[in-house]
Amino acid sequence: MGKIEWAMWANEQALASGLILLTGGIVGVAGQFRGWEFAAYSVAAGVFVCLLEYPRGKRAKGTSVERTGQYCFTVCVKAFGPLTRNYYVRAFLHAAICVPGGFMLATVLGCVCLGIASLIYLAAAIRGEHWEPILPRKEVRKPVAESIKNPPQNPPPRPPPEMRRKQAKDLESAAYDNPISVTADE
Amino acid sequence: MGNFVANEGLSIFVILVWLGINGFLFVNFYMAFLVDRWFYTRVLLGHALSWARAPAACLNFNCMLILLPVCRNLLSLLRGSIQCCSRTAARQLDRNLTFHKLVAYMIAFHTAVHIIAHLFNFEFFMDAQLNRSVDLLPFVLSDIGNGDNASFLNPIRSNETSPTIVMFTTIAGLTGVAITLALILIITSSMEVIRRSYFEVFWYTHHLFIIFFIGLVFHGYGRIVRGQTPLSLQTNNPNKCADHFHDWGKNESGCAVPVFAGNPPGTWQWVVGPMFLYVCERLVRLYRSHQKVVITKVVMHPSKTLELQMKKKGFSMEVGQYVFIQCPSVSRLEWHPFTLTSAPEEDYFSAHIRIVGDWTQALYEACGGDKPEQQEAWKLPKMAIDGPFGTASEDVFRYEVVMLVGAGIGVTPFASILKSVWYKRIQNNQDVFTKKIYFYWLCPETQAFEWFADLLQSLERQMADKDMADFLSYNIYLTRWKETEAAHFRVHHEAENDPITGLKQKTLYGKPNWDNEFTNIAAKHPKSKVGVFLCGPPQLGKSLEKQCLSHSEADVKFIFNKENF
Repeated sequence: MGKIEWAMWANEQALASGLILLTGGIVGVAGQFRGWEFAAYSVAAGVFVCLLEYPRGKRAKGTSVERTGQYCFTVCVKAFGPLTRNYYVRAFLHAAICVPGGFMLATVLGCVCLGIASLIYLAAAIRGEHWEPILPRKEVRKPVAESIKNPPQNPPPRPPPEMRRKQAKDLESAAYDNPISVTADE
Repeated sequence: MGNFVANEGLSIFVILVWLGINGFLFVNFYMAFLVDRWFYTRVLLGHALSWARAPAACLNFNCMLILLPVCRNLLSLLRGSIQCCSRTAARQLDRNLTFHKLVAYMIAFHTAVHIIAHLFNFEFFMDAQLNRSVDLLPFVLSDIGNGDNASFLNPIRSNETSPTIVMFTTIAGLTGVAITLALILIITSSMEVIRRSYFEVFWYTHHLFIIFFIGLVFHGYGRIVRGQTPLSLQTNNPNKCADHFHDWGKNESGCAVPVFAGNPPGTWQWVVGPMFLYVCERLVRLYRSHQKVVITKVVMHPSKTLELQMKKKGFSMEVGQYVFIQCPSVSRLEWHPFTLTSAPEEDYFSAHIRIVGDWTQALYEACGGDKPEQQEAWKLPKMAIDGPFGTASEDVFRYEVVMLVGAGIGVTPFASILKSVWYKRIQNNQDVFTKKIYFYWLCPETQAFEWFADLLQSLERQMADKDMADFLSYNIYLTRWKETEAAHFRVHHEAENDPITGLKQKTLYGKPNWDNEFTNIAAKHPKSKVGVFLCGPPQLGKSLEKQCLSHSEADVKFIFNKENF
């Protein structure tokens, strides 16, 4: 298990927890359960966690797979700098967010799942991982070499016309090898 | 359209039947809780009762199904016995992992519906205890059973508690939380990203299914969903007595106080069979793993590929099968799948293992790969093998014309097939049903060619000797190259042998034009069934599948088979 990047799994778990918190919160508010204030909080917390966790981070090794349409989220999350880059911050943030969910049955599941995600993020942070945004690579065009400035003024040198005309008597010497194979258009 | 049916028909039928059974169970159990026996329960809960019980029935059905597609040995057995009757049915068993995933998604969906319905149930039960007025039927119903603690209806027995506390103090609640957590962890660690890159996390977390099944079986033991007992229905008919709840128990009313009981737990009846089959499956795997396996030869190929040639008593294989390999000195718990690259005609079996992660790296070191001198035979590590398990490639020789497409390392099952072809046709001079093989190898880098190129070279030579050059037509495509390499190719364009592979057949650059290829093959082989076999990435699979469907005209049928781990 040496090469596992825990943050990848923590990210999946946190995103799932956000959705579960959100669903539990919606049920609590829509059904007007007792303690619906906690449910309303969970809706907001769920949305926040989903927005934070939607953009996948760049993997330290290997190719990173983006989630669909995550570019705008990446830009927003990146704007918070060290707060979102550091996984210790995320671990404690999730641990703090999940606590109020534990006070109401509808959101308890989301609370526990987010708590587990927080623990996995803690493991990731201890191993020194951090969040890198996946940004599109800017294509750097190689600078054109100095010598290529002007197009050639003269045609390329050719053998004198006597040689170019096909000699009917001496076909062997008149023939020349085309370096690229030519196929007739059929 | 007909070829679509030939390719996909059975799969679609199986899925429709499965969805149909789910729908039927849902509706049936929804209606089952609308009868008189549950009248008083519905006074408290309304339709939320049915909304919780219907997905529970579907969950029973799907949890029964989910273990079956992963019983590899059982499936191999089935595949072998069905193959004589119907090739299509046998192919269906190759899609076992897809079915396993579908059933898992259905379990997740029904779990969500079940939980949401129970959230409402808990809330309604609590409401009934909190509105303590004898003029309210829900409260009167909740008060029943306070004396003997057995004939009650409302599992929440007092108003000094909360739904959360009740959940953590009932068997159903505790097991429910445990198994839902297990399910969520299993699902998040099974996402494609995690599974492909960190297989160990996926594999170990998946074993939480043991907790899932134990919790599932005990989930109903508390019997907290309660309905009127049949005996009580005779003395208290809800249709007549519900309105006179003030007079229950009084002599002149004709309505006794109703008595309630819960249903005995039924989940075990659904899952005990598959659980037993799965235990047998694991025992078979354990038994097989203890049989002695000897490494007879270790070959280090370039581009970090390790070839292990092994022998095991009583081992027999077909072309294109795969085995699970375990090396106890590297890891006691990890079993990794590898395609067999040897032919059944050889006296050993081999696997080519690419060194990509922890386990493969440790295996490489254990076999002495990093030491300059050869490892002594007794120093080679002990190995365990489970398998071989059958895949789509077994079917290759049942087609007259065959297209084999392998991408990168996905060419390994075809190594086995080509070797087998060589042994059968050239050495033993047997007549094989397959008359023509078209082989396509797509590779992003030149180094990966070496070990396979040797095989192709020897095949090429042998076929030229026996004047059978047109039996096998192979095309190698280099899909990526660097500028410097391109210059080298240009200069050596005229050489007799290919600059990369050393084969007479030149390497082609870029990706194949599948449309042209399929059209040419269709034109050359009218009135035949062409088997198309792919081992490679899903996008390639999709485009090949599309080509198969579009080029299968009146007399030529392209049947698509994909193999994937």
